[in-house]
Amino acid sequence: MLHKDFIRVLYIDLTKEEYRFEERRDLFKYLGGTGVAAKLLEENIKPELDPLDPAQPIVFANGPLSFVMPVCTKVVATFYSPHTREYGESHAGGRLAMAMRFNNIDAIVITGRAKHPEYLVIDDKVLFKDARAMWGLSVEDTGKILRQHTSGSGIRSSMRIGRSGENLVSYAGVNVDTYRHFGRLGLGAVFGSKLLKGIVIIGDEPVKIPKENMKKYREVYDSIYDTVTKTDVMEKYHAVGTSINVLPLNEMNALPSLNLQTTRYEYAENISGERFAKEVLVRKVACSGCQIGCIHIGQFRREFDDGYEYETVNVSYDHELVFALGSFVGLKNPEEVLQLIDVVEREGLDAISTGVALGWATEAYKRGIITIDDTLMPFEFGVLPNYMAAVHYIATGKNEFYKALGRGVDYASKKYGGQDFACHLGGNEMPGYHTGYGSVVGFSVGSRHSHLDNAGYSIDQARTREEDIVKKIFEEELERNILTSLVICLFARKVYNRDTIIKALDAVGITLTNAELTEIAKEILRTKYRIKEKLGYSLDQIKVPKRFFKTITLNGKLDEEKANNMIKEYKAMIDELMK
Amino acid sequence: MPKVLRVVDRRRCIGCLSCRQACARLRGDYSPSNAALDVKTAGGMSGEFIITICMACEDPACMEACKFGALTKRSGGGVVFRKDKCTKCGACARACSVSAIRMDKEGYPIICTHCGYCTRYCPHRCIATKEV
Repeated sequence: MLHKDFIRVLYIDLTKEEYRFEERRDLFKYLGGTGVAAKLLEENIKPELDPLDPAQPIVFANGPLSFVMPVCTKVVATFYSPHTREYGESHAGGRLAMAMRFNNIDAIVITGRAKHPEYLVIDDKVLFKDARAMWGLSVEDTGKILRQHTSGSGIRSSMRIGRSGENLVSYAGVNVDTYRHFGRLGLGAVFGSKLLKGIVIIGDEPVKIPKENMKKYREVYDSIYDTVTKTDVMEKYHAVGTSINVLPLNEMNALPSLNLQTTRYEYAENISGERFAKEVLVRKVACSGCQIGCIHIGQFRREFDDGYEYETVNVSYDHELVFALGSFVGLKNPEEVLQLIDVVEREGLDAISTGVALGWATEAYKRGIITIDDTLMPFEFGVLPNYMAAVHYIATGKNEFYKALGRGVDYASKKYGGQDFACHLGGNEMPGYHTGYGSVVGFSVGSRHSHLDNAGYSIDQARTREEDIVKKIFEEELERNILTSLVICLFARKVYNRDTIIKALDAVGITLTNAELTEIAKEILRTKYRIKEKLGYSLDQIKVPKRFFKTITLNGKLDEEKANNMIKEYKAMIDELMK
Repeated sequence: MPKVLRVVDRRRCIGCLSCRQACARLRGDYSPSNAALDVKTAGGMSGEFIITICMACEDPACMEACKFGALTKRSGGGVVFRKDKCTKCGACARACSVSAIRMDKEGYPIICTHCGYCTRYCPHRCIATKEV
């Protein structure tokens, strides 16, 4: 906690409707974010019970720099993932990190199960509020009700789930402040299993800057602020946004398209970031404490009735969404992509997993592995209306097939067949890069099977020599534990090099050396692997689906044996770390 | 010439809260709740941002409402706050028709001094100081 030597943890028991605070000095050395959240998960997880058992914990943690330094905007959630059935970690921006900071909460541990649907309001105390009337409502409608019934506009954060979370879809996410998400690995289902519809946190407490720190704090803040706003270090995220990647990735044979049957998409130009910016981008907004404003909002209108009756819809988009709900399912223009994003948002699903699931289902349908009796309608790449209906069916578990599809492509393909073209790595649906060994191995071994674990796609794009790839993946995975513990938005990773991190920490009264930071990173990664081990996970079990070796990447076609050897090499490095 | 703080273009606001943070910092606090200006959304993040600042009235209702002489007229508009005379009654905040005065946790009103420090931290130039 800021200028204190402990982490202030709020424990909430939904069953007993009780809460308490603990000041944990022992956790202080794990900084915050992923470090503290992983530790608290390790302490509270029940490996012998199902991921959706009421006893399982949900953990949130912000970090020592949250909001007080520019672009330190994220909160880390850890949980037992119902999707991969191993270590679950997901990150979200919005206002949550700020709201926690100014409610004097560094971490939250939620256990138990409410007696009926409830939402939490965390202000001066924790209120357990009736959410029965909201159960079944969309993310958007729930958000509007939460806003109407709580105070603190501008300095509060509102999390909520949609129907997919209520129905325990294993890749249901948690929406944070409308445009940000704990998207991946199924935190929404964990909320649903606890009958927890949402959480509102109000952050209106003052936190004094110690007089002796004032000068230093202002200097360091200003210097980082200037790097963020006056240099081009973060320009990519600000201007066209991450969807600027669509065209270059396509040109380098790395844009996963049509269920990864190809990495060169015929309509890439039509759904490029530049095209989105030109045709549908209406504004950008920011997480609290970020001057970049990378949240790109696209707008479309829909004629819902004759006589020029229109509704206008605003949705946020990013590279990952344009890939998953665009090229991966064959959509051909920004408006179609936005329409699909909109239904995914309303149901509260993870966008990447949903798009990849629809891609797999389309190919499986084409090949006759599943039939119209399963899907209830034909699937065709590029045909939007049926995909929109399918998203609702996934969220509500319409029939046995959609229930299976709601557990991800690994599960569904084991049940129906088509495992070779089920595009998951480590049980989590693939992100929007098929660049080479770095991406395939990096996502497979990443501790949360996210492209942000170690950015293997970036290692590929730097044309790293094959024999160096695994080492780079390991080093990046380790280093990012520092960034995500502080919790710095990874888009600002080039702003926050080690020197800047040390200065920033010093300005808020935390003195750490380079060597100490490295040791902390190691201990955090060890913690994650201890949890994984408890849950029966091993890097030995990774089996990369054949499709990843059939479709060309930036670095040519990949060899299965070589990839498997790289995974073994990574495992040896983890084994060494764990000694 | 005296200067006053003005909202130049509200619609450009991205809601980063750097301005509120800057004001709070000047007041020795990290928390945006401890700032003389307010940025919030109307209708959630999908709605527009509202920026509430002291309007630097020539004939300030807040000053009129203060019966203890804690607010005096500021050259150029707005008021100057004298903490030693304040009784924390909150009449000034209630009198402001645009709700630009909030109370801090100690119960004192947070009065904008129109210093313009916040404007240096607006990445989109939504707010600026103008000579009057």
